[in-house]
Amino acid sequence: MRLEPRAHAPFWLNLTAPIAAIGLAFAFCALLILWSGAPIIDSYAALLRGAFGSTFALTETLTRAAPLIFTGLAAAVAFRAKLWNIGGEGQLYAGALAATWVGTGMVHLPPFLMVPFLFLVGAVAGGLLLLLPVILKLKLRVDEVVTTLLLNFVVILFANYLLFGPWKDPLAMGWPQAAPIIDEGILGTLVPRMRLHSGLIWAVAFAVFAWAFIRFTRWGFQIRAVGYNPEAAAFAGMPIGATVLRTALLSGGLAGMAGVCELAGAKGYLTIDISPGFGYTGIAVAMLAGLHPLGVVAAAIFVAAIYNGADAMSRAMSISNYLADVLTATALLLVLASVLFVRFRPQWR
Amino acid sequence: MPEVDEPARAGGGAPVVLRLDGITKRFGGLTANDAISLALKSGEILALLGENGAGKTTLMSILFGHYVADEGTIEAFGRRLPAGSPKAAITAGIGMVHQHFTLGENLSVLDNIVLGTESLWKPTQGRAEAREKVEHLARHFGLAVDPRKLVRDLSVGERQRVEILKALYRGARILILDEPTAVLAPKEVESLFATLKAMVAEGLSIIFISHKLNEVMAVADRVAVLRQGRLVAGMPIAEASNESLAHAMVGRAIALPQREPLAPGEIVMQLAGVSMAGGGGRTPLQDLHLLLYGREILGIAGVSGNGQGALAALLCGLALPDEGSFELLGETVTTTSPAGMQRRGVGRIPEDRHAVGVVGDLPVEENFILEASGDRRFCGLGILKGRVIRRHARALIERFDIRGADPTTTTRALSGGNMQKVILARVLSAKPRVILANQPTRGLDVGAAAKVQQLLFEARAEGAGIILISEDLEELLQVSDRIAVLYQGRLSQPVPAEEADLTALGLLMSGHGEFERYRREAGHAA
Repeated sequence: MRLEPRAHAPFWLNLTAPIAAIGLAFAFCALLILWSGAPIIDSYAALLRGAFGSTFALTETLTRAAPLIFTGLAAAVAFRAKLWNIGGEGQLYAGALAATWVGTGMVHLPPFLMVPFLFLVGAVAGGLLLLLPVILKLKLRVDEVVTTLLLNFVVILFANYLLFGPWKDPLAMGWPQAAPIIDEGILGTLVPRMRLHSGLIWAVAFAVFAWAFIRFTRWGFQIRAVGYNPEAAAFAGMPIGATVLRTALLSGGLAGMAGVCELAGAKGYLTIDISPGFGYTGIAVAMLAGLHPLGVVAAAIFVAAIYNGADAMSRAMSISNYLADVLTATALLLVLASVLFVRFRPQWR
Repeated sequence: MPEVDEPARAGGGAPVVLRLDGITKRFGGLTANDAISLALKSGEILALLGENGAGKTTLMSILFGHYVADEGTIEAFGRRLPAGSPKAAITAGIGMVHQHFTLGENLSVLDNIVLGTESLWKPTQGRAEAREKVEHLARHFGLAVDPRKLVRDLSVGERQRVEILKALYRGARILILDEPTAVLAPKEVESLFATLKAMVAEGLSIIFISHKLNEVMAVADRVAVLRQGRLVAGMPIAEASNESLAHAMVGRAIALPQREPLAPGEIVMQLAGVSMAGGGGRTPLQDLHLLLYGREILGIAGVSGNGQGALAALLCGLALPDEGSFELLGETVTTTSPAGMQRRGVGRIPEDRHAVGVVGDLPVEENFILEASGDRRFCGLGILKGRVIRRHARALIERFDIRGADPTTTTRALSGGNMQKVILARVLSAKPRVILANQPTRGLDVGAAAKVQQLLFEARAEGAGIILISEDLEELLQVSDRIAVLYQGRLSQPVPAEEADLTALGLLMSGHGEFERYRREAGHAA
């Protein structure tokens, strides 16, 4: 087989290629389900029910999607500018730490101000955390993949220290958790008696904002130009350094807001396991979405549905819920491979 | 459709060594080669002539097995050649010299030549034998090059000789040369042609790909002309003329833009004793003196790699002189800033339009505002004015005759000529007073090149001073008011184009002749 570049990729191909890839991923994982001795149709039906089959399932999926939208946007925005921010996890914790710091009694504001204030504080913390590796990248050409990745561990260990030490809530019966966020700062629930909170609305709003920012503003234009062709952008007089710094603040800020979203929405107080790897999964979400901010919403809901659905499937069919990881990973690989077929035409001979 | 297969008329009864029969190749909707049939005879030079995009390189890539044809067959020495296998092509005695060389810079000439021919299982390398064979071939065909030298120390002309030796060493009887003269100085072209003649005298056969009429007339025995993927003409060179070939190649008459005499204006740019280190692989500049006037085109001739990169970087706001002064419109330039150059009124047309000139993945309309996104016309409160930008793009596409583009077309999808027009539209619509045009017509077909020259003339008539860097002497003689030659970082005294001639410029380009320092007072304004 040979691959030849396509002059134009037809629109239908852009749309169907990722869907076909996800279908293939399900087909591949069907083999694994078969191998573990469960019926395929029933298993996937259980997965679907677990993801969307009831109000509870649907709201749980969306609750899980909200932070993934934020971290997915963080990765998408950065990757657009070819800034390889792998530190979403650390920035998420930085946002949650900062919001805990000001939100557990230090500042009192009415709810309509307190919630935006917490998001702002979280965003600033996440953005500043990413600024450090980016300045090293710009000044000393330090590879940001390494620095952002390693900063994750620094921040998480620092959170560990705080939660086992000075911030440990004496009323938490010995659990390593911080004092709860004050009531004014808690995100309201959207459906009675369910966990789904207004963080989802914040997330979707920021997805629209990120899309409009990249599409319609001058700074967004610069992010796109620098990402596609930094040499041409520099030649045209665009400020490369400033553009990368702005991208970093935006990307880190979005990841920081993911932390606030979980803290003030799903949990109410800071624990050390506030994120089961949302920062890393956000990278997969962004790649699945082709780095499109609105696509991130769909991709985040897809990934959240797979994880929640796989949990339900695992309970119903007694097969391992690691299948969710396999399914997401396979889908991601196949979606990336499908991009190859959008850009190139296979030639059999 | 004429078929170039007339043994009775050229080469006498010489046997056909290579036969292409009905080769068709489509890329999506584009037919790059349309039922092309060609025959190459023993001991002849067949020129394959055509504009860029006519399908010459595609055809040769099929022949050499890089592409697989959709239809048609290839026979070499009477045997059917399997499709898609460069190895089979080499075994069949076909050698190819690509436009862009494929040599290992850190290996010696000999290593490069034998690379890939040695058996993996033989314990000895047999280098002495190999060197003897290479030296014999080199002597025999006048391909002077020292086999012990490292390729990185060779000139472009020498590297080309290594490529030819590489093909001969592998026993090539049919040699394909893809635009071999594009990178050579006039003197090197002569020596290459002598080599080619010597090779065909030995019974080798050569396909010579070119879009330069004069070269084809000088060296070929027969010529085949491709246009838009079709073979449109084929004849012995004795029956061809420059005019008939040009007409066959373009398919219509091209009106070349004429330079009207204009009185030069004020001094717009001045270099006095400028020296600067190379950096980024560029040749350093030594003690350059140059005055540029408004309403003139100053041509900079020279084989690329002789300091053009550094000179362009200076004018593009990417570098500063280490010594000497650089004045633009009466102000000394002291900071490196591409944006600052735009503010001063410098329009910059970069050498590499794909890598530097445009952002290929962005639509045409956004490439138009790449340099002016902060302009109040296009941007208010940080928000881009989509409608104004769209209207601006429509107007520029219309005015600059950019074909196949609407404002939202991905710029990458445009042809080279239209992409160049996008850059020119962006640069010239800002009404620059000084323009740097670095190889603006390289790789463009005759029609697009004429349009680019026309646009430069219009900018000149509006008062701009233009520095035109080009390797094409004929273009420079036709377009420039004055011409200077860059050789190893030194600049010759500019001479009026009327007084310049090809021979003298050719000598300067290969380092012969005087590189007097250009004195700025020297009565040029008069």
